Amino acid sequence: MRLWKTILAAAVLSLAAATSAFAARTDLTLGIVLEPPHLDPTAGAAAAIGEVTYANVFEGLTRIDDNGQVQPALAESWAVSDDGKAYTFKLHSGVKFHDGSAFSADDVKFSLDRARAKDSLNPQKQLFAHITDVTAVDPATVKVTLDGPQGSFLYDMGQVAAVIVAKGSADGNKDKPIGTGPFKLDHWAKGSEITLVKNPDYWGTAAALDKATFRIVPDVAAAVPALLSGDIQAFANMPAQDALAQIQSDPRFSVVIGSTEGETILSINNKKPPFDKLAVRQALASAIDRNAIIAAASNGLGKPIGSHFSPGDAGYVDLTGVYPHDIAKAKAYLKEAGLENGFSATIKLPPVPYARDGGQVIQSQLKEIGVDLQIIPVEWAEWLSQVFTNKDYDLTIVSHVEPNDIDIYSRPGYYFQYDNPKFNDVIKALGTTVDKDKRLELLGEAQKILAHDVPAVYLFELPKIGVWDAKLQGMWTNWPIEADDLTKVKWTD
Amino acid sequence: MTAYLAKRLIIAALTLVLASMVVFAVMEVLPGDPARLMLGLNASADQVELLRNQMGLNAPLVLRYLHWAGGLLSLDFGRSYTYSVPVIDLVRERIAVSVPLALIALALSTIIAIPVGVFSASRQGRAGDTLAMGAAQIGVAVPNFWFALMLIYLFAVWLRLVPAGGFPGWGAGVWTALKSLILPAVALALPQAAILGRVARSALIEVLNEDYIRTARAKGLPYRAVLWRHALRNAMIPVLTILGLQFAFLLAGTIIIENVFYLPGLGRLIFQAITQRDLIVVESIVMLLVAAVILINLLVDFSYAIVDPRLRGRQ
Repeated sequence: MRLWKTILAAAVLSLAAATSAFAARTDLTLGIVLEPPHLDPTAGAAAAIGEVTYANVFEGLTRIDDNGQVQPALAESWAVSDDGKAYTFKLHSGVKFHDGSAFSADDVKFSLDRARAKDSLNPQKQLFAHITDVTAVDPATVKVTLDGPQGSFLYDMGQVAAVIVAKGSADGNKDKPIGTGPFKLDHWAKGSEITLVKNPDYWGTAAALDKATFRIVPDVAAAVPALLSGDIQAFANMPAQDALAQIQSDPRFSVVIGSTEGETILSINNKKPPFDKLAVRQALASAIDRNAIIAAASNGLGKPIGSHFSPGDAGYVDLTGVYPHDIAKAKAYLKEAGLENGFSATIKLPPVPYARDGGQVIQSQLKEIGVDLQIIPVEWAEWLSQVFTNKDYDLTIVSHVEPNDIDIYSRPGYYFQYDNPKFNDVIKALGTTVDKDKRLELLGEAQKILAHDVPAVYLFELPKIGVWDAKLQGMWTNWPIEADDLTKVKWTD
Repeated sequence: MTAYLAKRLIIAALTLVLASMVVFAVMEVLPGDPARLMLGLNASADQVELLRNQMGLNAPLVLRYLHWAGGLLSLDFGRSYTYSVPVIDLVRERIAVSVPLALIALALSTIIAIPVGVFSASRQGRAGDTLAMGAAQIGVAVPNFWFALMLIYLFAVWLRLVPAGGFPGWGAGVWTALKSLILPAVALALPQAAILGRVARSALIEVLNEDYIRTARAKGLPYRAVLWRHALRNAMIPVLTILGLQFAFLLAGTIIIENVFYLPGLGRLIFQAITQRDLIVVESIVMLLVAAVILINLLVDFSYAIVDPRLRGRQ
């Protein structure tokens, strides 16, 4: 009897210990599909770099929250001069880099000057193009002077490539990232996982997690069992495909569908006949059925778009009705272009499911109006050199994931080969407009021009399929920028 | 024997030189610019050009080949464009996964295949043989990634005995690391064992029909002794050939299994390097693999000599 009591007591105790250990869980393993090539966001464009480091390891003057709003980060406040050309940032004090060195205005000056230098290899160098001078007024104050008012300057300073690095460690950040964030790199087992640990000397609110591991799971088939077995507890954006329904019906997991900045479009080579004719582009736009494409290419989860703008962003105008799905109308447009017998063209598809699956649907939809598409699958490297750099293509499908990138249609030499002076004027005006309402108005105007002029056929906004343990809180719902910000992530009971 | 060895070594060296030219040429004609891949869509053409210069991509082709091949001679494999670390460091990390995995899979497949082959051959045409060869047929036909997924669902998701994938590294403890290699090794070993078992069986059946086997039996040796001592030894040559080929395959040809178990092995490194146009990594690792395959073939040739004394005296 006594023995039984002891055993029972021991069992209860160990159970209590187990539950309290569970309640206090402070580690997290996240799955990511692509491994970052390195961990320096100021030196590479790969989205995976930002996923791991943004807000976790590196911080900028400002930061972007999961609603796409600008929040203070290393700068606690700022003042803008009356002419909109000078920004004076007041910096937080007591901030230290992960190697123990102190953060000051000099680091801000160093980072911004480095990013805009002539020999800069910053992947978003255009963000810094309007800066003419950066002055460290005192250790806690930085003054940035621009060549004119810049409507999106504070937002730009919160982007992934604009994070602040230290002079002494900047060159080593690819392998040993030294930032100011609430997490620091513990180790990186290449090809396998990247482990971050809590930074005990963090200047702001400490993170709830002690350890976060980003494990690289390149295969869809592997992602599902990894989640089901508990090896991985969260995917910020899961390559779930057909398994999503199974996961959604499992109460152990939360499935949160959010928005991204990924406008998935059928890009058109606007200078290449017959696509230089507006009527031909209008025919394409009228012939495609967005809902069928969304069903095939994004599990039915993407939001239809009618222009190059995310439905989640301020200023969005619903333009999906400009060219409704109408085969008869599409044929009429082709006739107007003198191509009533149709024509043949090629479509180059990069190796992502949305493009490969969407391409087949578009091929069959365009067949209905007599346009015969030949599908050419390409890998990313080929896509970048053939389509993006050499503009050797007719049509392609790609998702433009850069935030607020409607201006790409005004960039000279961009692969759309689109040149519309009216549109360029709107973008120019937008660049120098600071007033919020005026900006939204201009953004609406830009969207409308694109929707009517069809430099590309707008398909859908790429969804973010967040899947994580139901006990996990604080993961981002949306991806205004591709970042897995873990600063507010915690386990609950 | 020495002349034979010397001849083999010269052929091996020539193969290496030829392979280096082919590998380099093939990678060079692949479309795609590593600099543009690294800098992304928003970088300007000037920036891409700057990075190309930094990476030495604008030098003439022949110069770059000589530079690379010269480096290989002094065992300098260059630096990865994307990771910006020496290629040899990457290889060292990956070999720590790929070589043990290949060895375990090879050992497993041998342990399964040889007894099955002997069993089947000695019962040729009977029920046991039909059953074993039927199983082998299934083993060859089932795709190993499907088999791998079934193993994962059974042992990782349902029974939770082993992790569903990943590799914690040998630093996490030998047992922890081995645990994550068990399922992939089994998934790799079974199809290999099926092939090896069939080869062992047919080689053995052929040997069992030889006159000397009948003679051995006639002089009163028990069947088991004839089978294991005389027949099996003579049937080893085709088995060793297949084993050598399988080891070469297991070292880097296991990319599908590496993907399913997300193991950081050599195969995945090459695959990733190709998609990122990390040319130097692809070129150097392929050369290492070519060297490894040549070496394995040499070893197989020598092992023939060990199992077959007649070969020792030959040219």
